[in-house]
Amino acid sequence: MASKMPRHDMPRQDALARGNNFQEVALGYPLEVAVQEANRCLQCKKPKCVAGCPVGVDIPKFIQKITEREFLEAAQIIKRKNLLPAICGRVCPQESQCEAQCILGVKGEPVAIGRLERFAADYEIAQGCCKPECQAPTGKKVAVIGAGPAGLTCAAELARSGHGVTIYEALHVAGGVLMYGIPEFRLPKAIVQKEINGLKDMGVEIKVNQVVGKVTSVQELLDSGYDAVFIGTGAGLPHFLNIPGENLCGVYSANEFLTRSNLMKAYDFPNHITPIKVGERVAVLGGGNVAMDAARTALRLGAKDVYIIYRRSKTELPARAEEVENAEEEGVKFHLLTFPVEILGNEKGNVKSMVCLRYELGEPDESGRCKPLAIKGSEFEISVDTVVVAVGQGPNPLVTMTTKGLALDKRGTILADKETMATSIPGVYAGGDIVTGAATVIQAMGAGKKAAASINKYLATK
Amino acid sequence: MYTVVKRRVLAEAIVLLEILAPDVANKAQAGQFVIVRQMHNSERIPLTIMDFDRQKGTVTIVLQAVGYSSKLLTEMEEGDNLLDFVGPLGQPTEIKNYGTVLCVGGGVGVAPIHPIARALRDAGNKVISILAAKNKDLIILEEEMKAVSDEIVITTDDGSYGLKGFATHGVQAVLDRGLEISAIWAIGPMIMMKSVADFTKPLGIKTLVSMNPIMVDGTGMCGACRVLVGQETKFACVHGPEFDGHLVDFDLAMKRSAYFRQEEAIALHEHKCQCQKEGK
Ligand SMILES: Cc1cc2nc3c(=O)[nH]c(=O)nc-3n(C[C@H](O)[C@H](O)[C@H](O)COP(=O)(O)OP(=O)(O)OC[C@H]3O[C@@H](n4cnc5c(N)ncnc54)[C@H](O)[C@@H]3O)c2cc1C
Ligand code: FES
Repeated sequence: MASKMPRHDMPRQDALARGNNFQEVALGYPLEVAVQEANRCLQCKKPKCVAGCPVGVDIPKFIQKITEREFLEAAQIIKRKNLLPAICGRVCPQESQCEAQCILGVKGEPVAIGRLERFAADYEIAQGCCKPECQAPTGKKVAVIGAGPAGLTCAAELARSGHGVTIYEALHVAGGVLMYGIPEFRLPKAIVQKEINGLKDMGVEIKVNQVVGKVTSVQELLDSGYDAVFIGTGAGLPHFLNIPGENLCGVYSANEFLTRSNLMKAYDFPNHITPIKVGERVAVLGGGNVAMDAARTALRLGAKDVYIIYRRSKTELPARAEEVENAEEEGVKFHLLTFPVEILGNEKGNVKSMVCLRYELGEPDESGRCKPLAIKGSEFEISVDTVVVAVGQGPNPLVTMTTKGLALDKRGTILADKETMATSIPGVYAGGDIVTGAATVIQAMGAGKKAAASINKYLATK
Repeated sequence: MYTVVKRRVLAEAIVLLEILAPDVANKAQAGQFVIVRQMHNSERIPLTIMDFDRQKGTVTIVLQAVGYSSKLLTEMEEGDNLLDFVGPLGQPTEIKNYGTVLCVGGGVGVAPIHPIARALRDAGNKVISILAAKNKDLIILEEEMKAVSDEIVITTDDGSYGLKGFATHGVQAVLDRGLEISAIWAIGPMIMMKSVADFTKPLGIKTLVSMNPIMVDGTGMCGACRVLVGQETKFACVHGPEFDGHLVDFDLAMKRSAYFRQEEAIALHEHKCQCQKEGK
């Protein structure tokens, strides 16, 4: 019977109001709604949703606990597999993972697993987090490089097994993309820091301001007494288009734009001293989640018109449907089948416009998406003050360049065994975006977890 | 936390700070820089290293109060702490025996020139250093530079000390003596580096400059520090900060540096209002 109930919407901030502030857009389920939504779950004997979760959270069980109003227990069940549920509940692409597998989704709408995960996690945070239990100290030490989701998860799992863990992070705060990339209005930074504090409570030491490859190296870490090293340095190198005008003032990479706003809190200028400028018209080049985040940030920073400029059509947009919808609702305009060939500037070197070409779709290419074909002679000019380039990121070479014997692939990502995450150097493991190229939070966490399991095995033999 | 163990005023609005940062001191090399964040709401700003002492575990930087952040840094006292101090970043200077070399420092650019001159001299080069500034009061680190150079030449715009003229006049004066110069390092304001590079280009003398563009992370993650070098886009924080001065597009670099000038003025203004309110 319960399954006949429609999926519950999650309250959100009004679209017009939220376009002017950086507060979280999605507000989370109120308690009674969460219980009702949890009641929709059929409690399948052979749950397919679990198979859809990259870290194998026992989804039916935690949902059952919500129906029983045992919310803290629900959170504990999630945390057995996923130590950052308040984050994952907010940013995981559930529609293509657990929820895509839900039986209810065949005829109607799947159970809102992500929203329930977020509910349980937020409930626990509000009550004060419970510290996960750690095993007795083993006396073994592991260094983790990078405090993004991959590194944090690996560190937490290793601490749980009783190893001494130190994280080396290049920036002044831990969190990786969760802190510098994903905006406040989608993932409040206070939530990220609370989940990270959970790790510190477990005894994980986090050293910030440590650029590995500069102040120390993988080899030096091994020589200085660490029994193993995990590399989770992410895909932090912004790609540009190599078109004329790309170095004009007012052309930002999405990383720079988002880092200024999120990590450095430029939206609160001059209370925070880092500046950011958007002008009246902003063009964001690209159609992924990063592009949506940049576009929505630009609106909130006061831009009048914000355009997503994308070479293909709406169906090919790589961003999550929910994010595209959010962006549209807030007033972001989509210029599809369009892309710039040149950025033009004024005498001060500031961006003033872009020359774009129109495109049409051809046959599907290797990626399975239709290939965009430029229409000859279709040049036209769009006047803009700011351009944000959001066309992807590659692996940052600071660690890989300085680690002798570390096997890489052509793109510069680290070659690691799919199951063990072992690299070509004994005792050195890697995972997350530095191995896969830009992917997702939960995939990075899954990799961190797998690596921790093999590091455990490796340390037992040492 | 990184403690200021020594503060010295070098000239009006120019201050030297010696910072306790043993890890950074341990790895620092000539030509590299650090990123500093003073307080929780501060910017991350890049500063080229002036000196490092591996025994004491300290790194020395020199600041000129221009914008809000640098002004606040110059007001730090001994015993105060910096929140963040990251480094050493960027590529070190390529040190080898070139023969006779020129180390040209303009204004506060003398600070980053200092460890380069020392390393070059230690590598067996004959080092002639040129210190250039607007006037006598703004010539800094003269004793320190004497200690690491075979000879120093001073130029001031107004002629109040040394030769009258710009850094290029100093270079000209040395070349007029018929010396064969194998390489030149020129560090200082963008306009000064550009004029030295323009001056040496027709003469075919290898000229290295140290770019100090706007940066955010300093690790290659954001691209704010893009400079155009020989038609190729480079990230100054990773590939630099030192580049072949004959290939750098200085005009673009100067424009990019000026992009946030308005915001800097706003920050400074707010700061002044705040201080007045607090009766400072
Ligand atoms: C704007 C944006 C929005 C996104 N939105 C989503 C989303 O909604 N959902 C989703 O699932 N995924 C999203 N992603 C992707 C997701 O964030 C990443 O896949 C994930 O963060 C990868 O985790 P990671 O741990 O591998 O790397 P990162 O999160 O990149 O962390 C790497 C860490 O290593 C540090 N580091 C790098 N080099 C060094 C060094 N030399 N020494 C020390 N430390 C170093 C970095 O500073 C960083 O903290 C988004 C990405 C971006 C950029
Ligand atoms: S400062 Fe961010 S890439 Fe150089």
